[in-house]
Amino acid sequence: MALTHNEVLAGIREIVEEVAGVSPDQIEMDKSFTDDLDVDSLSMVEVVVAAEERFGVKIPDDEVTNMATVGDAVNFIVRAAS
Amino acid sequence: MAVWEWGTEVGELEAANLLNKSGIVAGKKFLVTGVLTDQSIAFHIARLIQEEGGEVVLSSFGRAMSITSRIAGRLPKPAPVVELDVTNPDHLKNLANVIRAHHEKLDGVVHSIGFAPESALGGNFLNTSWDDVAIALHVSAYSLASLTMATKELFGDGGSVVGMDFDASVAWPQYDWMGVAKAALESTTRYLARDLGASNIRVNLIAAGPIKTMAAKSIPGFAQFESVWSSRAPLSWDISDPVPAAKGAVALLSDWFPKTTGEIIHVDGGVHAVGA
Repeated sequence: MALTHNEVLAGIREIVEEVAGVSPDQIEMDKSFTDDLDVDSLSMVEVVVAAEERFGVKIPDDEVTNMATVGDAVNFIVRAAS
Repeated sequence: MAVWEWGTEVGELEAANLLNKSGIVAGKKFLVTGVLTDQSIAFHIARLIQEEGGEVVLSSFGRAMSITSRIAGRLPKPAPVVELDVTNPDHLKNLANVIRAHHEKLDGVVHSIGFAPESALGGNFLNTSWDDVAIALHVSAYSLASLTMATKELFGDGGSVVGMDFDASVAWPQYDWMGVAKAALESTTRYLARDLGASNIRVNLIAAGPIKTMAAKSIPGFAQFESVWSSRAPLSWDISDPVPAAKGAVALLSDWFPKTTGEIIHVDGGVHAVGA
C-alpha cells in the first residue's frame, strides 16, 4: 500500500505524542528524536513497534540506528510501504 | 460463500496448530519474563510454547510494559502481561496471586532478565563501584532465586525453571561485571537445583551464543563476540537468530529433560567445546 509522506508524518506525530508525550506541533521532519524531542532509546523501541503495526512495515534494527530525525523515519516507512 | 469457507479452513488449521495436543509442552502453562521486542529470545520461547500446545503469561515492568503488551499481540495467541520488577518485594509477594487471575498452576518459569549499569560494562571493571555491581547481581542473578520462590506455590507436583546464561567460565572482553553476574547466576542455579529437587522442581540454564537483541545492543564491544563466534563455532552461528536458544529453553521446560537439573545447556554452536 503506497503511503504519502504527509500520511506517515501524521501517523508518526500521533505515535510520538502517545509514547513520549511530545506535542504534535513540535514534531517536524527535521527534528532529531533524541536531541530535539527527548525520545530516549526505550521510547524509540516503542515508536518503532507502534509504527510497524500502524503502517504494516518491518523496520529492521540496523535501520533504527540510522533514523536520527523524524524525516529519516518517515522516508524509510514511505519507501518500505511502497 | 467462498470467502467464508476459506476463513473457516484457516481457522481450523490455526486451531489445530495452536491446540497442538502432541506438542512437547501441550497443556502446560508458563510464566515468561523478558519479552521486549520480537527479537527477544523470550519472545520466541513464548511463541514456541504456544505452537507446542502450551500457554504463557508474560511479565514486564515500568515503561517496558506498554512495549511488551504491543509485542504480545504478535504471538500466535493472545497472552496476558503482568507487571513484575524483580527488585520490587511487593511485586514478588503478589506475583502468585496476580498469575492466579490467569492460571491456577504453573508448570514452569522462564527467567530472561539481566541488567547492569553502564559503569559495570565496557572496560571499567577495575573502577566499578559496589553500588553498581550490586544492582547487576540483584537484577541478573539473585532474581532467579527470588522469582523461583515467588512462583513456587503455583507449581503442583513439580516444575521447570529455565534461565538465560552467557558462558561465565572465562573472562570476556567488555562484559565485565555482567560476566560476574552470570557466574553468580550459574551458581544460583546449582543451589536452587539442590534445594528444590525434593519438590521435583528442575532449575537449568541455556548458555546461548551472542544474539543481537535489545540487551545485546547495550553491551559495548558486542562485535568482538561476533568475531569469536564467526571464527570458532563448529556449527555456523547466526547472531540475528534467537530461535536455537529458544528451542533449547522450551526443551528444558518440557518433560524431555526429566532428570536434568542444575545444568547449563550450551546453545552456542559448540564454541564452549573448542580452544581456538
